[in-house]
Amino acid sequence: MTDTMKMQLDGQEVSFTEGETVLEVARREGTFVPTLCWDERLDPYGSCRLCVVEVEGRRIPASSCTLEAEEGMVVRTGSDKLRKMQSTLVEMVLSENPGDECPRCRDIGTCEVHELAEQFDVGRERFLGAISNASKEDSNPFLLRDYDRCISCFRCVRICAEVEGDYAITMTGRGWNKGIATAFGGPLMGSECTLCGQCIYTCPTGALADKKMVGQGSIPGKVEETRSICPYCGTGCSINLHARDGKMIGVTPALDGPVNEGALCVKGQFGFDFVNSNDRLTMPLVRKEGQLTPVSWDEALDYTAQRFKSIRAEHGPKAFYAIASGRAPGEGAYMLQKFTRAVMNSNQVDNCSRA
Amino acid sequence: MSNSIPEIEDCPMMLCVGTNMTECHPIIALRVKKAVRKGAKLFVVDPRKIPLAELADGHLQIQLGSDVALFNAMAKVIIDEDLHDKEYVEQRTEGFEELKKHLESFTLEYAEEISGVPKDLIRECAIEYGSAERAGIYYTLGITEHICGVSNVQSLCNLALITGNLGKRSAGVNPLRGQNNIQGAGDAGALPNNYPGFQDVTSAENREKFEKAWGVPLDPDKGITKITALDHAVDGRLKAMWICGENTLVTDPDVKHTTKALESLDFFVVQDMFLTDTAQKAHVVFPAAAFTEVDGFFTNSDRRIQRIRKASDPPGEAKPDWWIIAEVAKRMESGVHFEYDSSREVFDELASVSPIYAGLDYDRIDSGELHWPVPDHDHPGTPVLHEGEFINGKGKLQLLDYVPPSENPDDEYPFYLTTGRRLPTYHTNTMTGRSEGFRILVPNEWLEIHPRDAEKLGFEDGDWARISSRRGDVTTRIAITRTSPVGTVFMSFAFPEETLTNNITNPDVDPITETPEFKVAAVAVERIDAPAGFSAEPALREGSGRDLPSHG
Repeated sequence: MTDTMKMQLDGQEVSFTEGETVLEVARREGTFVPTLCWDERLDPYGSCRLCVVEVEGRRIPASSCTLEAEEGMVVRTGSDKLRKMQSTLVEMVLSENPGDECPRCRDIGTCEVHELAEQFDVGRERFLGAISNASKEDSNPFLLRDYDRCISCFRCVRICAEVEGDYAITMTGRGWNKGIATAFGGPLMGSECTLCGQCIYTCPTGALADKKMVGQGSIPGKVEETRSICPYCGTGCSINLHARDGKMIGVTPALDGPVNEGALCVKGQFGFDFVNSNDRLTMPLVRKEGQLTPVSWDEALDYTAQRFKSIRAEHGPKAFYAIASGRAPGEGAYMLQKFTRAVMNSNQVDNCSRA
Repeated sequence: MSNSIPEIEDCPMMLCVGTNMTECHPIIALRVKKAVRKGAKLFVVDPRKIPLAELADGHLQIQLGSDVALFNAMAKVIIDEDLHDKEYVEQRTEGFEELKKHLESFTLEYAEEISGVPKDLIRECAIEYGSAERAGIYYTLGITEHICGVSNVQSLCNLALITGNLGKRSAGVNPLRGQNNIQGAGDAGALPNNYPGFQDVTSAENREKFEKAWGVPLDPDKGITKITALDHAVDGRLKAMWICGENTLVTDPDVKHTTKALESLDFFVVQDMFLTDTAQKAHVVFPAAAFTEVDGFFTNSDRRIQRIRKASDPPGEAKPDWWIIAEVAKRMESGVHFEYDSSREVFDELASVSPIYAGLDYDRIDSGELHWPVPDHDHPGTPVLHEGEFINGKGKLQLLDYVPPSENPDDEYPFYLTTGRRLPTYHTNTMTGRSEGFRILVPNEWLEIHPRDAEKLGFEDGDWARISSRRGDVTTRIAITRTSPVGTVFMSFAFPEETLTNNITNPDVDPITETPEFKVAAVAVERIDAPAGFSAEPALREGSGRDLPSHG
């Protein structure tokens, strides 16, 4: 049984349970505490220092993501002093980043770094320094790596280890040469990486991107986001479909998906564009003189109904068989079994679960 | 699944059988990895050294098809060591004494001889499973795609029943479904023996209910399975077939037989997104809308009903599946109601005739939080099945015998072939193969063979081979890898245009489910010259990802 305990947050008494961090308590209470290295799916890391709070009895501010709440603790989150520290930290992070258009902000709408820059109303000019000019070279088809934009929060490394369990990438170097690399520094293909893309959607900057989405933001037209479910295996991962003018342009993981909690595999993340394939069927086809020939819906439907009718009349209900899809939505399966049972008058229906 | 996917991470003892989870269900595998990081035990039963085996406390590298011998021996260890849950056995099961007697011959020595798994490892796995406070079994087609698939499943159920692991959180017997909505298709009644909601078609009471709902007399006899239907097409009893969204010609075993069946039909209708190999045989092809182009529901492995929503426009005149079927039905002038304006209306009708969906409508499934059965509108759903009692009373312990695979290696066909999927190529590759980039990751099929077998046959990595069985033959490249055990080779079936794996698979079926034995065929492997236009380059491109076998 966990006891509910109390602490003070910005002058208000709030309750918490044992083991909760001050950041978790603050977020739950709707208090703004900026973060960059934090992701609720990952262990607290305490490296970006943006989540600093003042704790009564402590001389210096503490990072709230690593600070466990204690009974009677008195915490202040938004003093001028803290805000100044935070805004300076954001400026320093920005100063190492290139000044050109951020691809994440352009293509997905926003990145965490630039959102904070806007909130604190700061730019990169004050501490302007060198840019790392890290290599963007990685020949894999899905994942763009642009470490000029990396801010060393290591969320990509941590999600790969803590959630994906693949340990494909790691931190390398020290100081200015600090970076992210696979074992032996090679490309992602050939490493332990499965190209699941989870690192992209924890990255708070434009350092990692979905190559299929890169540049989409500069094409005119509104991008609509629609919540759906992955069409591959039977896990049922929640995804967001991104479409412009009725055409699919990308998939992002739904971070609150009840099954996947923001995780996807390589198929769910990158395997959506078969829907745009130019060999999709666009018209009903009827075989005429040996050739499948495009016809109108009316012709195809009338012909089919008439053939089914005559086969039932001539050979009985059991001369017909229907196989429903385990891939298509369930409404189709319901309709096909109703058709077989109520119209063709047999139970000659199955789905593709046997083979 | 008897239990929900999120529960896995709190399971202290996981037995994963015939499930290459990191490749076939990667996001379920994340829960297993999380449980392992929390200190859970993991035992993997699989003939191949799959990636999950690297994480395991024990890998029982079982001979193909020897599951019953192995799990019966584990049950015997659990009973002999007095690790069974006596209260649960007494209150919730029947046939324990008979089982105990039946298991007498399933000694560790016997199980070791049949399965090839060292007896100490079998014993260790049994003791860990039997003594865990909660233990979960997770399996995939490595269990079911055998001529003894039902026995395999029942041998696992016996383990769960004698240890009281059915009906509590983070435990259970959990088949992972391989397709996004295969559960939903069965739920919706696309089965020859069941109306929607798994209501037996041979029950007069059920039949009357549906006759009333649909307003027509219904057939009192159950239908045949799809497997038998193809036989009936060959022998002429079946004249017409309508296949929605299945590439039957490529997915079924023994392609020659399937081809003959489909070509024998007087009238063959296919409904699909693409002109698949199967659709090319049809008399009528209906263009179906894709999952991004329609509203609808998918039901996943753990019985969770979730909404898909229209985000993009179908190409040309492609239409939702339900619409196409309703339009044909209307033109049959049967008088049965097929006037629907939306997928919502179809779903609501399904919910009204299915007790397990009775508490659902489109609004209630909007958040995707509910697992069936949901018997009424106030019901919170059922993530854990069988809590308190089983629907049919007591859990019957089954007396099962080991039956060897229908084909075993001999002089002519000296290898076992087993088949499965690979991470980046889903099933017959109709979707992944058309998505940009995937053919860079996996450009072709290959046969995985153990170095010792490769040496015996004089193979080098990347050589070409002809693989033949009693049904036919295929050619592909060789990849030498320790993923495969000695004497067993592995292939996927994702590149039918160049390597039609199901030309050689085994069409013999389980007598109850009629599921074919895709997991075991006897084959011969011989070296051939590279076909014209192909160089003898390695089968695997450098750096195709971790889930591809490591060489040597």
